[in-house]
Amino acid sequence: MNSFQEVFIRYRELMEIAVYGVAILLILIGLYAVLTKKHLVKVVIGLSIMDAGVNLLFVGVGYITNHTAPIFSPGYEDAADKMVDPVPQALVLTAIVIGFAVTALALSLVIRLYRHHKTANIEQLNSLRW
Amino acid sequence: MIFIVFLVIMAVILIAAAVYSVVQKDLLYAVLGTGVVSLVLSVFFYLLQAPDVAITEAAIGIALTTIIFIITIRNTTRDEDKYSEDLINRFKPEEDA
Repeated sequence: MNSFQEVFIRYRELMEIAVYGVAILLILIGLYAVLTKKHLVKVVIGLSIMDAGVNLLFVGVGYITNHTAPIFSPGYEDAADKMVDPVPQALVLTAIVIGFAVTALALSLVIRLYRHHKTANIEQLNSLRW
Repeated sequence: MIFIVFLVIMAVILIAAAVYSVVQKDLLYAVLGTGVVSLVLSVFFYLLQAPDVAITEAAIGIALTTIIFIITIRNTTRDEDKYSEDLINRFKPEEDA
């Protein structure tokens, strides 16, 4: 076995490492945007990026190396032990739609806040201060 | 080997688009950056053997999320440093919190 075949066998392990690293980086970038930005739309953008990172992390947890997509085909009815875990995929499929609904609700609140306060800056929203 | 190069390029594009959408001052371009994030993320979902999640992410993340963000930017402000379209509030000096 030469080095090229070793790399070719090992590339799926590298794929898991890449997916975990990218997901954690996405969560951290979104958290930075939520914590430091002052424009309301930028905060919602950070929430959206955090949502994407969590979804990618969850699908990456259910991934098994060298397994196929959890879809039964004719002639492959007994292939259930060679499939990746379908439960995180179903949950993430729901979580994407819920994330879209949360984003839409947050943006509608942003529009209402802008029309009421005539500003989109967090520090100028004085009505919740005491 | 091609797969590794493809994966690294996709990861770099994903992180670069996320950072771009955070640091960009023009909010319209920032929202388009989040669209690029969702596009590359759907490719990742397909590589992780989740094609149904990839289809859903492509439809919702790219199209619908971008549309509602653009509607919001039309109703608020496009520049991140200009918090208000109102002339009185725009030139008002910032009060100390």
